[in-house]
Amino acid sequence: MPNLDRNLLHRFGLLFVILLVGLGLTLTTDTFLSVANLTNVARQVSINGILAVGVTFVLLTAGVDLSLGSVVALSGVACATFAHPGDHSVIVPIAVGLLTGAACGLVNGVLVTRGGVAPFIVTLGMMTVARGLALIVSGGRPVANMSNELTALAGDFLGIPIPVLCFAGVALAAWFFLRNFRLGRHIYAVGGNEHAARAAGVPVERVKLFAYGLCGLLTGLAGVVLAARITTGQPNAGQAYELDAIAAVVIGGTSLAGGVGTITGTLLGVLLIGVINNGLDLLGVSSYYQAVIKGVIIVGAVWLDRRQARS
Amino acid sequence: MLRALELRKDFGGLTVLHPTSVDFRPGEVHAIMGENGAGKSTLMKVLAGLYRPDGGQVEWRGARLDFGSPHDALVAGIAMIHQELMPIPDLTVAENITLGAEPCGRFGRVDRADQLRRAKELLQELESEIDPAKLMRTLTVAQTQVVEIAKALGRQADMILMDEPTAALSDHEVAALFRAIARLKARGVAIVYTTHKMDEVFRLADRISVLRDGRLVGTAPASDLSPAKLISLMVGREMADVFPTRSLPTEEVLLEVSGLTREPAYRDISFQVRRGEVVALAGLMGAGRTEVVSAIYGLQPAARGVITFKGRALVVRSPQDALAAGIGMVTEDRKGLGLIPALGVDQNITLTALRTLCRGQLIDHRAEAAIVGAKIEDFAVKTSRPSQPIALLSGGNQQKALLARCLLGDPDLIILDEPTRGIDIGAKAEIYALIQKLARAGKGVLLVSSELPEVLSLSHRIVVLRRGSVAATLEASETDQETLLRHAMPLSLHAQPRP
Repeated sequence: MPNLDRNLLHRFGLLFVILLVGLGLTLTTDTFLSVANLTNVARQVSINGILAVGVTFVLLTAGVDLSLGSVVALSGVACATFAHPGDHSVIVPIAVGLLTGAACGLVNGVLVTRGGVAPFIVTLGMMTVARGLALIVSGGRPVANMSNELTALAGDFLGIPIPVLCFAGVALAAWFFLRNFRLGRHIYAVGGNEHAARAAGVPVERVKLFAYGLCGLLTGLAGVVLAARITTGQPNAGQAYELDAIAAVVIGGTSLAGGVGTITGTLLGVLLIGVINNGLDLLGVSSYYQAVIKGVIIVGAVWLDRRQARS
Repeated sequence: MLRALELRKDFGGLTVLHPTSVDFRPGEVHAIMGENGAGKSTLMKVLAGLYRPDGGQVEWRGARLDFGSPHDALVAGIAMIHQELMPIPDLTVAENITLGAEPCGRFGRVDRADQLRRAKELLQELESEIDPAKLMRTLTVAQTQVVEIAKALGRQADMILMDEPTAALSDHEVAALFRAIARLKARGVAIVYTTHKMDEVFRLADRISVLRDGRLVGTAPASDLSPAKLISLMVGREMADVFPTRSLPTEEVLLEVSGLTREPAYRDISFQVRRGEVVALAGLMGAGRTEVVSAIYGLQPAARGVITFKGRALVVRSPQDALAAGIGMVTEDRKGLGLIPALGVDQNITLTALRTLCRGQLIDHRAEAAIVGAKIEDFAVKTSRPSQPIALLSGGNQQKALLARCLLGDPDLIILDEPTRGIDIGAKAEIYALIQKLARAGKGVLLVSSELPEVLSLSHRIVVLRRGSVAATLEASETDQETLLRHAMPLSLHAQPRP
């Protein structure tokens, strides 16, 4: 079919690659294709997944957010600080974590829109500032002694890990939002041609502010989930998380130039990175080699994709 | 010299150029004519190596050519002047002109002095006084176009493809270009030329090829054709008078602008637009017409002055304000301020009026699809499917989609900035009819156009701008091209427009 939607083709192409990698791992290891391992993969990708969904919004507006990892740490520390047993209801630390992330995102957004500073620079600055704040708030030490109610967030609900449910819920909501909300359409328009969008009456500043704010909120969520999982607020957590998240989004077909991309693509990108990480672990590849292999795969996947898009 | 054999090009399953064979001879100006979407630009781009043909081949001096890139074409001696201007805004004029062919000294160091000198020579060839050391972004659209032409001339090519080189030029600059083309012809350079301006074709062309719907209708010496014959070949039917009759405007003042000022672009601009009236802003390139309408639409608000709309003072800080008040605009800068290239035709059309297609914040996809289908039909937008990215459409179809976008919100005042630039005569006639329809429906139309026949035939009143000031306000029925030009011209003919 000559008129087959290129996005569809792209999605199936990526799905095909994931299945291929999965098949390879099923044949070479005993453990890959088991409920326990696949649940584990899902659990492992959920934090990167939540971040990737958030940063998809920013990348769609032709922006970037390099502060994800640091904001994860800051939100986690902030959450843990309010999560000591008996201090507050469990809602409070969760809200504090989410709001910390959202605040960082909104600061990014304001500086990008009102300040007119390039997103790369703004979020690079936020990356350092948030890391510094995380160390200041925690005094440089992990914030331990978290209540069981909060750490239960890393547990299961009806047999499914709660982080996975969070990721799935976030992805579903984001997918629905971009497809059906006016603001979702505006995000594509702003990323596609900011000047034309403004001339067509799109409130460009508000749209960007929303994208950065939402990305921050989801980063806060990732911070809370991570803190629950490692049962501490780690000021040094989340190093280079932004790179995995952005890599997943780009593998999923979102253009760094903005205006093009889907949540489904991001989802597949997250899965591919997750399956590869898991596979390399199962195959007993040393972490030094893992880093090299992962980098090659990221660039290779995007290169293949762009080549296909050109033809 | 160059022979195209059965060239074919497909886009997304749609054949936009059916197998076409043409030959081009040295020292000849060969015009390619046709409506928008007829395949002119596609043919040019295949010849220039920008597109790979999906069938057929190109023979260059008897040998088969297989271009992988525009660079290969340049090396072979084929240069192209693009319809869509592609300047690099933060380089100087000289750097843009010599781009990819910089004069180099030892170790690949660019010889700046030589670069400036060459650029100056090429600009002089076009009788232009643009300073080659200026940054590209400080130039007007017309000057940018002159630079693009100089760039192609500088390639020392044996064949130059010119895709609507005069779209943004003033008469003075067009005349200079024609003299340069005559010199190239004398040197044996083959020129391939597309334009929508009839008079240019018959002044320039030795032979004319006509394309219609992606097929070659025929090639003939220009002397065998008349404008009427050519038009009928292009549209496949005889064109009646392209200008519809004007209706009478009402007395009700819709828009009143007084004392609008933003130095140095324009100052003390005052005029009125009544309901049912078409008011044209005429003037040369750089006279401030686009700047004035941009102020009314909020793209670049004025520093001083009062805009009264529907009897109330209106503060316009952004296009959002203008749209909310009932002012719509179709820009002259389709690529920069109009299109969202990656979005579909459908989403481009509904972008401005999306709110009316929503329940709360949710888009009503069914209502959207219905309205898009209707608009694509109303405006005769040629697209393979509604969701096709708008970047893949021809210029005329893009323009019609943008008109549809503007009118979907049902504005009371419609600002049209060069609505027929780079558009074929069929689409022009459709837009002319649309303008009259809007006027009859009691809308106000503010028209900016560089084509004087258009200004004179479409509008009721003409506000002539000269260097940012109102030089005259004329009744269209009581004036002619000469009077208009006399008001529009600066006192010294060779003075450059203000930056």
